[in-house]
Amino acid sequence: MTGGGFARRLAALTRKETRQMLRDRSNLVVGLLLPLVLILLFGYGLSFDVKHARIAVVLEDSSPVTLNAVAGLVGSQYLDPVWLQSMPQAEAMIRAGEADAILRVPNEFTHDLAGGNGRLQLILNGVDSTTAQTIEGYASGAIANALEHLADRRDVRFQDSASVGIVQRIWFNEAATSTWFLVPGLIVLVTTLIGAFLTSLLIAREWERGTLEALFVTPVRPMELTLAKLAPYLVIGMIDLAMCLLAAKFLFQVPMRGALSIIVLASLLYLLVSLAMGLWISGITRNQFAASQVALLVSFLPAIMLSGFVFDLRNVPVVIRWVSQLLPATHFMSLIKTLFMAGNYWPAILQSCAILAAYAIVLIWATQRTLAKRLD
Amino acid sequence: MTTPTVTVEDLRKTFDAAGAGAGRVTALDGLTLVARAGQLTALVGPDGAGKTTLMRIFAGLLRPDSGKICVLGIDVALDPQAVQARIGYMPQRFGLYEDLSVQENLDLYADLHGVPMAERASRFARMLDLTDMARFTGRPAGKLSGGMKQKLGLACTLVRAPDLLLLDEPTVGVDPLSRRDLWAIVQQLVRDEGLSVIVSTAYLDEAERCTQVFVMDRGRLLAEGTPNALKTRAKGLTYTAMPPADLPARDLQARLIDAPRLIVDAVPMAGNVRFIRQPDAEAAGLQDLLAGAPAEPRGEDLEDAFMMLLHQREAVAGPGPIPPDTGLAPDTSLAPATGPAPAGGQAGQPAIVVRDLVRKFGDFTAVASTSFEVARGEIFGLLGPNGAGKTTTFRMLCGLLPATGGTLLVAGHDLRRARAQARGRIGYVAQKFALYGALSVRENLEFFGGAYGLRGKMLRARIGDALERFDLDPAAQSGQLPAGYRQRLAMATGLLHQPEILFLDEPTSGIDPLARRAFWRTITALAHGGVTIVVTTHFMEEAEYCDRIAIQDAGRMLAIGTPREVRAMAGPSGSHDMNSAFIAIVEQGRARRDAKSAA
Repeated sequence: MTGGGFARRLAALTRKETRQMLRDRSNLVVGLLLPLVLILLFGYGLSFDVKHARIAVVLEDSSPVTLNAVAGLVGSQYLDPVWLQSMPQAEAMIRAGEADAILRVPNEFTHDLAGGNGRLQLILNGVDSTTAQTIEGYASGAIANALEHLADRRDVRFQDSASVGIVQRIWFNEAATSTWFLVPGLIVLVTTLIGAFLTSLLIAREWERGTLEALFVTPVRPMELTLAKLAPYLVIGMIDLAMCLLAAKFLFQVPMRGALSIIVLASLLYLLVSLAMGLWISGITRNQFAASQVALLVSFLPAIMLSGFVFDLRNVPVVIRWVSQLLPATHFMSLIKTLFMAGNYWPAILQSCAILAAYAIVLIWATQRTLAKRLD
Repeated sequence: MTTPTVTVEDLRKTFDAAGAGAGRVTALDGLTLVARAGQLTALVGPDGAGKTTLMRIFAGLLRPDSGKICVLGIDVALDPQAVQARIGYMPQRFGLYEDLSVQENLDLYADLHGVPMAERASRFARMLDLTDMARFTGRPAGKLSGGMKQKLGLACTLVRAPDLLLLDEPTVGVDPLSRRDLWAIVQQLVRDEGLSVIVSTAYLDEAERCTQVFVMDRGRLLAEGTPNALKTRAKGLTYTAMPPADLPARDLQARLIDAPRLIVDAVPMAGNVRFIRQPDAEAAGLQDLLAGAPAEPRGEDLEDAFMMLLHQREAVAGPGPIPPDTGLAPDTSLAPATGPAPAGGQAGQPAIVVRDLVRKFGDFTAVASTSFEVARGEIFGLLGPNGAGKTTTFRMLCGLLPATGGTLLVAGHDLRRARAQARGRIGYVAQKFALYGALSVRENLEFFGGAYGLRGKMLRARIGDALERFDLDPAAQSGQLPAGYRQRLAMATGLLHQPEILFLDEPTSGIDPLARRAFWRTITALAHGGVTIVVTTHFMEEAEYCDRIAIQDAGRMLAIGTPREVRAMAGPSGSHDMNSAFIAIVEQGRARRDAKSAA
């Protein structure tokens, strides 16, 4: 009835939720340990970069020119060449999965090169297309480099087409390291996780254990219940966020070009959306098992698959792009990547933050509606 | 003293029946009643009478379809919050936060109700004193026994003195000692603080302590008045029959209850049979029925009046959800499967032999060196307060829980070695409904029959028998059955493979008196057919149906013997009925234990 009553009840309920959270070990495992594991896994274990790819080099022509041309393959941390004499040997290796690619130097290569139309054959194992493309880039880059040096030194005249090198330059992620874009995405993943796996159980558990019936017949208000359930998990989420940011900065040296304050603010907004989403699902399903399944399907998996975390959203069908635009995770994902890699770009910041704030308000309102003090 | 706390006028409430196209279920059907302030008011009635629905409407948790309802002068439908701020409500299942301690649960409710800090210390002290829980304030609520949880629930409801206290079946599944304690607390608060209380209950001895009693049935009011006024309905019709020494009270009771034209109700009690005769029963017919057993008139009590009311309703409204007399005659097909008796399982040997049985959970001893035997065809009752080790003993007997030590022979098989063989010879009916709610009655029977290895013609024949015997609709969805029928289905399932021994874990918890009579009639018929029955119960009067009973407390066997012997062991304070005998034996046992640990 009075403001004092609201504050007192909110404090009492928050105390209760915090105690319950701390006494259940599995909360802390999912809330703190799992994010830590994810950070290390994504930072170190998971990368789209290919290192030490085995490439079988078949030297049918072993003239000094040829050897110079393929010398670029040696000493690279990305490629591990294996020298072979015949094609069947190389084919056997690729079939056995011992090599990711074959570079074949035909026996007339030296002759043809002098004539201006030297040809090399690069065969890639397309089973893993992402790896194949990466290796293709490395291999052709290394050979082109070597041939350029060759041309400089020996003053061999090549035809124009062969002598013109393409100079690549990648913006924002100069090293083209996948860690740089995986780590900001990890912030999205970890904050989604707490909502999907922890808050999604809270209201359902009270329904299942019958604790709400007695609680309803007290002066408590639905909004007080909702806010009290969000508060302790907001703290857990903030700890996770801090872990992510520290790991990004010191462990993986991912650049943070946007202002830290804005990164934190945007992350907290999304954290609130994620927690409220879990809570709302919990309030609708009233069943812990159903709630965690629904949360997994509508919150966690889409945040991985459809938010632009793994797949570029410009390459997906229109319908899926629409769906992805409905996800708060998509908006946060694009914002956080921009903030990390490109810096403070205000139109994007304002738009995404407005969308996230709207989601947070609607979801919290919807959650307290599921706690209307009625049993029918 | 006469201002109404609750006025209800023509109240109606229906629910969507679960299940597709099932229509609507009427919970309250034009109910009108007025409860007065400053007194204890009881709502009694069989399952499905609408007691819980009414309580929830009082508490503003449900909205009625039509009708007027005022609680403490406030229209609940318009302003539930104003009512909720002033009442205390204890639902049937008071949801304590099990991971919070006793004190933390109390603090939470005190904060929510805004109890001033200055008052708290004295209020908490009083509540902890009344519930005798001052020693346990630091213990997590989840680690309390069932009776203690219920007391803590009451304490949480009473952290401040409400203007009206609503208690929805506060003593279901609670042992007689905790039940007595709960009532002592409530009655003391009514006396000291002029508390207004409305309590719904299945125990008529509890209703008898109330000032005003409302008897509800199928959403309507069947009768109202003071207990004494209600009792007059049975005046002059109540008797006690004393069976001759060679006739067990149970058999005489079975004969009486099977004659509904002459007898309204009959129950075994302290070796005798209490019965109510039909008002128009002829003396000669009654004499024949009693077959020489002398019958003396006795004073009527509220239960007699209640049974009269329910039977009258049956006569007017046609059979209710539970027919009063299912006429379950002793039937040979219920006898255990005949076949080559297994080695060591010859007739004459006890069905169950327990020697020095021990079960420990970590350093906690749940069952301490317990020994007893159960003869074939015997009904053996296992009684004890919540947390006494009954369920643990029971689970070990069924082979669901391995024993830590001791010998355990069931149907001639050593449960510690040949568990599978022993299991094939026992039937088990769990305390909670353990069948598949989404399957039909027939599907459940088929599944469990198959699980026991029955198939083809044999399975169909057994299912046919079961459906007929228990009067079950094969197409009904199991989860939608009324409690009494669910219990029948559970029994039918447990009996499909014609076990030699049937284990029943609190089979009558939450079932109304009519259904309980029918249920026990089935049990006595089974025992007559040679099935050994082991049963646990919280209704002490049901112990009178047993051949022998054992009383356990804190893992130890306190008393074992026939109901008459056990009553005698209780001494003078417990000799008149099983409830007081039970309380006396448990208290004596605890006093001995305390004296020993003090020494």
